[in-house]
Amino acid sequence: MPRVVKSREEFEGEIFESLVLVEGKDLPVAPAGTEFSEIAKSRRRVDGQQRVTGRARYTQDVYLPGMLYVRVLRSPYPRARVRRIDTKKAEALPGVRGVLHRFNAPKAAFRGEETIFREEVRFVGDEVAAIAADDEQTAVEALRLIEVDYELLPHVVDLEEAIGDMAPRLDTDGNVAEAATHKRGDAKRGLKEADFVVDATYRTSTQLHNSLETHGAVATWDGEQLTVYESTQHVFGVRQGLRLALKLPFSKIRVLCDYMGGGFGSKGGVGKYSIIASLFTMQLGRPARCVLTREEENIAAGNRSATLQQMRIGGKGGRITALEHISWANVGQGKWVANPTGPTNTLYDIANLSSKSYKVVTNAGSLSAFRAPGYVEGTFALESAIDELAEKMGVDPLTLRRKHAASPKDPMVGKRYSDKHLIECYRIGAAEIGWQRRRAGGVRGSAPHRRRGIGMATQIWGGGGGPPAYATVHVNSDGTVVLTCGSQDIGTGTRTVLAQICADELGVELEDVHVRLGDTDNPYGPISAGSLTTASVGPAVRLAARDAREQLLGAAAGVLETPMAELRLESGVVVTKGARTPLAEILGKVDNNTVIGKGGRHPNDPDLSLRTFGAHFADVEVDVQTGEITVEHIVAVHDIGRVINPTTARSQVEGGVLQALGFALSEERFVDRATGRVMNANLENYKVPTVRDVPAKITVKFVDRPDRKANNLGVKGLGEPPIIPTAAAIANAVANATGARVRHAPLTRARVLEALAIAGARS
Amino acid sequence: MLRGPGEADIAFTVNGAPAKVRAAPRRTLLDTLRETLALTGTKKVCDEGTCGACTVLVDGRPIYSCMTLAITCEGKSIETIEGIAKDGELHPVQRAFIDADAFQCGFCTPGQIMSIVALLRENNAPTEDDVRRAVAGNLCRCGAYPNIVKAGVSAGKRKS
Repeated sequence: MPRVVKSREEFEGEIFESLVLVEGKDLPVAPAGTEFSEIAKSRRRVDGQQRVTGRARYTQDVYLPGMLYVRVLRSPYPRARVRRIDTKKAEALPGVRGVLHRFNAPKAAFRGEETIFREEVRFVGDEVAAIAADDEQTAVEALRLIEVDYELLPHVVDLEEAIGDMAPRLDTDGNVAEAATHKRGDAKRGLKEADFVVDATYRTSTQLHNSLETHGAVATWDGEQLTVYESTQHVFGVRQGLRLALKLPFSKIRVLCDYMGGGFGSKGGVGKYSIIASLFTMQLGRPARCVLTREEENIAAGNRSATLQQMRIGGKGGRITALEHISWANVGQGKWVANPTGPTNTLYDIANLSSKSYKVVTNAGSLSAFRAPGYVEGTFALESAIDELAEKMGVDPLTLRRKHAASPKDPMVGKRYSDKHLIECYRIGAAEIGWQRRRAGGVRGSAPHRRRGIGMATQIWGGGGGPPAYATVHVNSDGTVVLTCGSQDIGTGTRTVLAQICADELGVELEDVHVRLGDTDNPYGPISAGSLTTASVGPAVRLAARDAREQLLGAAAGVLETPMAELRLESGVVVTKGARTPLAEILGKVDNNTVIGKGGRHPNDPDLSLRTFGAHFADVEVDVQTGEITVEHIVAVHDIGRVINPTTARSQVEGGVLQALGFALSEERFVDRATGRVMNANLENYKVPTVRDVPAKITVKFVDRPDRKANNLGVKGLGEPPIIPTAAAIANAVANATGARVRHAPLTRARVLEALAIAGARS
Repeated sequence: MLRGPGEADIAFTVNGAPAKVRAAPRRTLLDTLRETLALTGTKKVCDEGTCGACTVLVDGRPIYSCMTLAITCEGKSIETIEGIAKDGELHPVQRAFIDADAFQCGFCTPGQIMSIVALLRENNAPTEDDVRRAVAGNLCRCGAYPNIVKAGVSAGKRKS
């Protein structure tokens, strides 16, 4: 019988208490050193063949018969009132089938607002109208024929300008709102008592996701049911958004996402494009496709907020006495803020601490979650400040961290960690990078004008996952298996690791397991975000496979006329004392059948804090004439519990490091203050790393010990940890190499040269 | 031969088979492949020649199909990701990508593979740097680059 229990889960730095529905008993965790058949083994991706042949079908590859092409007219102004829209000319264009805008669109709730076409448009790119036409070119031409009468309103796009007194007030309460605050001990007194204090301001620029597959949806309505193909990290989240917008019951909405071309946090729920496509298909009776262009992606599909962060940190007697952190984040028109103060609050055992995070609204595109939202920005400031303090105190920055990194208790909530091996991460990382080679002031590089230095930084993140997550395992009568769950594979290898868990627990070959994901007709699966998939869905898959195995052994006992206790299932073969019988042979002896195992994720222990830890070390060379930074070596060490697939885990860390390299060195959105336009909403002027930017060496290490209190697999997540500490590690290495402290990410050449000039003036 | 401004008949071969399409002169090869010929393995990412996801081979040379008009391909031989596996056997570059875990979301993968296929025809024992040069115009947002380079080098060793 299912029962309701309390659980406590972390998601992207926030803690949620919830009631969840579970059944039966959870399974014990296999101890460290257990030899598995599939778990902890490097396996090729089970969907590799589909992806390398071009057969993998992504949302953008869905072309349905009779499909309409939808294009969106977006505001050219950062703030304006839409007074009048004239669509007569557009509608007269042959091939145009439908137009939607604020005067004719049905009410459709979206993120707390009643409509998707606002009266007051609030950023360049805000949706004004949409056209559905027989082909894309016609839709594009029709957009040009729409006449809009805008009343321009005063705007502000820049973070620091929006905080100031001269800025127009965008919300009735002003532009700045307190979002999160934490206090312990007495930070003011701790700073007063310190022998050394660093008081510094850090900035991070807006980073754009630039998932290669842009946001988009293809919707089709058959009069009964709405089917939406969407490039998303959460099919169930999209279904929920569509239900609220369209007032349809869940049973009439099916959301599908088979293959997905990257999201990095930005594809967490329904988009206006999915609602627009749905409205058109329901009005016009033809499938409708609304896929964003690259430019639209970069102006209207989310970003990592720019931040301004003030840090005051004090030290005495080789320890940190106090820390004060105040952050402001440009959320654009977003309704939440990714708090950069998360790592400050939780990473180190610092007795006197105070932090405040402010949300600042502007007339720029909204934030959306971007791989470790807030933590990437906050860790840059925190870990830079700690190095600055260590420098001032004349102590080794790693030694200083060690003194505050060993606590088994979460300093913010006071609960014990389920497991923690941060000191071990430091040990491994220091050995790999050769920390003992680090010299104060750096060393000469490969040429007289090049300086070389080493730096490091720490990461803390959630990744413990939790319920709800469900899975079913169908065993066919030929012994093959279909594993079904509502999760998505966004490129992280979810299909592969779930297949491994299933095959291992069930006792079948990996190639006999087929995984079906990304469908709201499947058992509920959580969002593929927050580094939670393996730790949330994996344990449910294990339970489902165990349930199926019990049933199979029951069947085998009947067919072989042997007591169940004497049977084992291994590699698809039922093993008894004297014989080995293929599963297919046993199931073939009974009439057509489907064995169905089911499993649900059990709750987390509410008295524990589940976290992942890690440290990155960077070895860099800096050209002091040009300000160019060359990252020679990154060492990434993470404590994420048991590793299911070392190969895909390693790939994910390398990818996180490289995405962090963009944040650290080159990626930066530019918005023109006068017009509110994004000046580099493309892949030419917005610099994502290329193959040429890859460091000469990336070393990836895992502590790889099961977290026995986390869940039945002892696993935690890995998606976000590797993007968190890289930028700070690089900034610290640059400071070590040159004495120049760059307090603004990305560390562009101009900023490095400026910091070098300041450092030079001081010395 | 001067054609246009209306739609024109265009004939070329795609993956060894003759294809005839009717397209406006402004229609790109990318849209023609994806929408007219249903070859959706080739991806549209930037649509302006900055990311390489739409890379296909025209007469053996890797090109950005979003920057190529279909009408300029009259009589030419076009190869796409769908055409490089032969008789149900993956191309060595495809196998190398799977073995080296050289993709994550996979959206850039067809373009990366086509760039390396073209490289191997010129140079069947590429160095890491040769591979880097070949895919320097192919962006990967997941950051699979280290494994893409490994795959390229190892595909050379397998010979193609």
